[in-house]
Amino acid sequence: MEEAVINLPLEEEEYIINMGPQHPSTHGVLRLVVSLRGEMVQNVQPHIGYVHRGIEKMCESLTYPQIIHLTDRMDYLSAHINNEAVSLAVEKALGIEVSDRVKYIRTILSELTRIQSHQLFWATYGMDLGGLTCFFYGLRDRELILDIFEETCGGRMIVSYNCPGGLMNDIHPNFQKRIKEFIKYFRKTLPEYDRLLTGNVIFQERVKGLGTINREDAIAWGLTGPVGRASGFSCDIRKHNPYSAYDKVTFREILYDEGDSLHRYKVRMDEMWESMNILEQLVDNIPEGPYAEKMKPVIKLPEGEYWQSVETARGELGVYIVSDGNKNPFRMKFRSPNFVNLAPLNLLAKGFKIADLVAINGSLDLVIPDIDR
Amino acid sequence: MDNTQLAAAAAALAPASEIVQGKQFVEISVSPGHLLSTATALKENTETRFDMLVCITGMDWGKELGVVYHLRSTEHNHMVVLKTRVSDRENPEIDSLCPLWPAADFHEREVYDLLGIKFRGHPDLRRLFLDSTWGYPLRKDYKDDINILAR
Repeated sequence: MEEAVINLPLEEEEYIINMGPQHPSTHGVLRLVVSLRGEMVQNVQPHIGYVHRGIEKMCESLTYPQIIHLTDRMDYLSAHINNEAVSLAVEKALGIEVSDRVKYIRTILSELTRIQSHQLFWATYGMDLGGLTCFFYGLRDRELILDIFEETCGGRMIVSYNCPGGLMNDIHPNFQKRIKEFIKYFRKTLPEYDRLLTGNVIFQERVKGLGTINREDAIAWGLTGPVGRASGFSCDIRKHNPYSAYDKVTFREILYDEGDSLHRYKVRMDEMWESMNILEQLVDNIPEGPYAEKMKPVIKLPEGEYWQSVETARGELGVYIVSDGNKNPFRMKFRSPNFVNLAPLNLLAKGFKIADLVAINGSLDLVIPDIDR
Repeated sequence: MDNTQLAAAAAALAPASEIVQGKQFVEISVSPGHLLSTATALKENTETRFDMLVCITGMDWGKELGVVYHLRSTEHNHMVVLKTRVSDRENPEIDSLCPLWPAADFHEREVYDLLGIKFRGHPDLRRLFLDSTWGYPLRKDYKDDINILAR
């Protein structure tokens, strides 16, 4: 508390409250020190580091196949995509081209990951704003995807299915059947989400025009993912620098110009439709081939620096590996999307009521372990 | 622009820098004194237009500390790497890039927290993850008594 007071110059009639680190609406251990006048937010100071595990430091004493398992624990809702980022970086460094089968399966799983992440966003955002039913509906449908993961990857959330050179195992025989069943089911269920929350007048009035950020600011702050795209910033890595099988599918990049909480929400809703389109283009066309390339038992990257960006459910995840030729990286850096998206919270929430801060914070869809790493 | 054009443009904009072609990107190394002017030139020039700061990475190269900036142009969709090094390990100081990109705010605080590099002109330079009793864990000479893996 002492530290917070020093950094928040208080004016007359202002006072400070602590939101978190154990507050349900912060979705984890994020502490927001808010200075208020009445119930109007004057200043928000995020305090982070409660789940800092020093993943970047740990990477320096681990081998590349081991690092894969740490990346799951950053953004646990995009676990598969995080694995993919490190795998792609290592493959790029070694000059390995994986088979089309691996590319297709990786893309399918990435899109499933994106859908389940957005489902959880929808569920918790509804709950943040007082619609508890959303939480049950969202988690009910998310289970179906987690079941697909469980069958093929072995894990439900923390999958660790990618590895440098391909995949840990081949897919389960039920894989395609289950996905087609899911798409059929979810195409019917997703309009229900709109009827329940998107079209709800109370919800619309609550979040419209809340926490607006324009395109120039979004670029200057480096906002990516649905947060950036809601402001009209075209930042989809899948479109601009395609990886895996994204160059083989057609899909639309969802863009809105308004940049408020409602449109951050809408981007995610539309992205679920787009993800289903991508899945349908791929699921019947998985080519035959090996599920993993033959790798040396000890993976050593040639000396140099490697960068790989991927599009997680929350934005651009960058992996920066500096190798000195050993089996451990010399330095490993993760450019996590949540860390960057949290930074302008003060700008977004200033001048709104404290209850709106919850809605704005929810619309950023933060995963705290990814911020702290 | 492709990498050869970028290297030529960078050489024209930052004559005091050392430019090498890395594995993927053009890498521009400048002394800390030239960092702010080079970054401004790269951002303002209409042909390069690096309007997005993607990432800041603090580095410990042993004798020297340094900072690596990944810059992207959203208009031209190209990327470049900007590097700077300081040899003073006791009191390393580099200009802050917050006036150019507000995104630098949190990134620089992270670098300060984990490597102890100070940023001149940063609006609110405090430790981000750790409290003030910790050392600087990403430095190579950091003694780690807790981590089981390192032992």
